[in-house]
Amino acid sequence: MTEQSENSAEPQETAAPAIELRGISKAFGPVQANKDISIRVMPGTIHGIIGENGAGKSTLMSILYGFYKADSGEIWINGQKTEIPDSQAAIRAGIGMVFQHFMLVENFTVLENVVLGVEEGELIKPSLAKARKALTRLADEYELQVDPDALIEDLGVGMQQRVEILKALYRQADILILDEPTGVLTPAEADHLFRILKGLKEQGKTIILITHKLREIMEITDTVSVMRRGEMTATVKTADTNPEQLAELMVGRKVLLEVEKKPATPGEAVLEVENLRMTDEFGVERVKGISFNVRAGEILGIAGVSGNGQSELLKLLGGFAQGTGEVRLNGRKVPLHGHGADARARRQSGISHVPEDRHHYGLIMDFMAWENMIFGYHWAPEYQKNRLLMDNRAALADARGKIERFDVRPPNVMLDAKSFSGGNQQKIVLAREIERNPDLLLVGQPTRGVDIGAIEFIHKQIIALRDKGKAILLVSVELDEILSLSDRIAVMFDGRIMGERMPDETNETELGLLMAGVTDGGKGEAA
Amino acid sequence: MEKMPKWADVVLIPLINLTIAFALSALVIWAIGENPWNAVKMMVNGALGSTYGWGYTLYYATNFLFTGLAVAVAFQASLFNIGGEGQAAMGGLGVALVALFIPFPHWSIAIVFALAGGALFGAAWAFLPAWLQAKRGSHIVITTIMFNFIAAALINYVLVNKLRPAGSMDPASATFPDSTHLPTFHDMLAPLGIAFSKSAPVNITLLIGLALAVGVWFLLWRTKLGYEIRAFGKNQDASTYAGISVTRITIIAMMISGAIAGMMSVNNTMGESERLILNSVEGAGFIGIAVALMGRNHPFGVLLAALLFGFLYQGGGELALWTKIPRELITVIQALVIMFTGALDNMVRDPIERAFIRAAKRRKAAS
Repeated sequence: MTEQSENSAEPQETAAPAIELRGISKAFGPVQANKDISIRVMPGTIHGIIGENGAGKSTLMSILYGFYKADSGEIWINGQKTEIPDSQAAIRAGIGMVFQHFMLVENFTVLENVVLGVEEGELIKPSLAKARKALTRLADEYELQVDPDALIEDLGVGMQQRVEILKALYRQADILILDEPTGVLTPAEADHLFRILKGLKEQGKTIILITHKLREIMEITDTVSVMRRGEMTATVKTADTNPEQLAELMVGRKVLLEVEKKPATPGEAVLEVENLRMTDEFGVERVKGISFNVRAGEILGIAGVSGNGQSELLKLLGGFAQGTGEVRLNGRKVPLHGHGADARARRQSGISHVPEDRHHYGLIMDFMAWENMIFGYHWAPEYQKNRLLMDNRAALADARGKIERFDVRPPNVMLDAKSFSGGNQQKIVLAREIERNPDLLLVGQPTRGVDIGAIEFIHKQIIALRDKGKAILLVSVELDEILSLSDRIAVMFDGRIMGERMPDETNETELGLLMAGVTDGGKGEAA
Repeated sequence: MEKMPKWADVVLIPLINLTIAFALSALVIWAIGENPWNAVKMMVNGALGSTYGWGYTLYYATNFLFTGLAVAVAFQASLFNIGGEGQAAMGGLGVALVALFIPFPHWSIAIVFALAGGALFGAAWAFLPAWLQAKRGSHIVITTIMFNFIAAALINYVLVNKLRPAGSMDPASATFPDSTHLPTFHDMLAPLGIAFSKSAPVNITLLIGLALAVGVWFLLWRTKLGYEIRAFGKNQDASTYAGISVTRITIIAMMISGAIAGMMSVNNTMGESERLILNSVEGAGFIGIAVALMGRNHPFGVLLAALLFGFLYQGGGELALWTKIPRELITVIQALVIMFTGALDNMVRDPIERAFIRAAKRRKAAS
């Protein structure tokens, strides 16, 4: 399985690999992030590295870019052994990196950002002039058009990503590493990015694409390496493999990629939302008058690129942000501000909430699993011994049951939440929220940072709750997830709902356009 | 994942920290030309060598137990209450007013009212900074420090202009009536046939402090409020998600903290001086911060740390009295203890933790 395949494009057979890692190991305290990893990336190819969160992909790339020092192992670049003690050395070796979180100065122009760190001489003007010329050339060559005088803060994420790529190319990078580049992009933007990457490859650049999305691997890479728990489990030619095999290599067992579900049989509207608005602390309106409803026994999926008001919508409905408009639950009015507009009141009225960010909101990382399993419901009568004291024994017993039913591993309620893996942490949150048997479940990014094996389980649980006749509002930036789980899809852009579609009557292209804010006028009930 | 055993965390590491602190202290004593070994002997002897010494050690420990618990409760809500000094001082005023102006038939009733008076004044003094933090975002560290100064000035004013008996030149209140005299250990132990120094000030307030430590433990780990305080202290954003009110917890946790600090004054004002004097708290509010840090904000840890600081305080006093070692050096020793148990904790913790993990790995590999 681990044999290094003789890479793709034939002419390069004889050339030295652009990058060769030999026996790279790296440990963080007790965690072995990378274990004896060897990899050869041939020049002029796109090499994918796929693996679950925590598999060690980012650590490996950080070693290559000089952020970490490997405990052992060698790095060879273009046939030469190279030491990379810092990112300056990586840049000198011709490596460029595009991070998941962009490293741009928001209030600088594109040009200034490109020049930043590689200015020549004391005066900035000649450098800028030189960069402007180079930028025009690069733009023509690789379809990387960006207005050099635009401020970064005025650009969308897709454009910002182009600036990152331009930055790397301007520094004469021959090897480009992209870390989860499509996480923040609409499908159309992602397609454009892939065209750019193919163009770069044709010009002889070498590209390493780190992702957890099988589709992207299949679509664009020549070779793919799979990582699992810090080890490189396989390197294969993309043409010789398929998504099922890759998923199995990632997880270590067979995985069902498709979600099985019966058609929905929606009942009465459980949640009715009318003209909901919210302004954040900086005075920016985040939710701009949206209306929708969710019926019993139905999953309404909210699609959209992250940052278009979905987080705020969840917080508003979950009761920890204040807004205006009208929200009714089972026909009863839900206060949106002032008295009674808090998360506890929402829970008492029958709304449970799996928040988008479990580290920040869903769990207290320093609390034990059992304490987390009553978090938000610690006032519930079944956890009280009398008016003064809580019944910790009841809470413990309760938690043990949940951990068993949701297959949380390790099944130890006394462990701190931070000691569990992402998927098991999410199961703790889900167990807590789903087992309250709520009328309405709010779910944000249920499978973010969750391994494939657990994704399957989490999806099943959400569907099971729907089949019990509960209403579910699902917010996700993963279009695949929205399409496979939802019974109805609403697309959010810039704080508004651009339209509603049925999952079997739409496709990624149409949703992608809506996510980018493009409406087709007449069709649909666009708000 | 391997972890350090709990006993190493709560026993071994503080012990190593203390050893380093004392070793450095010995070095300093040696450097100023005194014999460290003699100094140690004198400290131990002065603090623990007689019932008189014990009586003072425990008296100071009682003060530090109260202020340490006060700081610990606020710390659990991640509020850094530096105002224990002022809250205890105001508590003293509350205690004095109760003792001076309510006629009590017996000390047992007096102490209940005095505790209530101290708690009320201390809590009230903590309320304003808490409110300002919760509603206006004024940082609690700044406001509580300022409130320490305001409390000192206010008490100065009240003592000089209101409570000072006519004709007295001393800025202190009148002596409390005899019926408010709290039983000292001498009084309590005499019926059992145990002789305890008559002049040592340790009194029944120590037992109340112990009960309070148990109470704080119950509050934090067995009640809804305690759950909310700890959750809030660990993650404020998650607390809002869970429907825990930021304003409510900030204010309540601070008021509990202030009330505990205020109750300390029953020990010194009613139990020892039996009148309200200037600067009656004598820095116990600040030492409470070190006690809470060292005790890891756990009531039991706070108790142990309070005993240690009581020992340092009394032993240090003896040292200053009988040797050429200046009193300031005692402050240096205390500072070293605080530094190594609080601020420099990770210096010892990290290598020890790594050693344990390595050992565990080796055992695993061997088996």
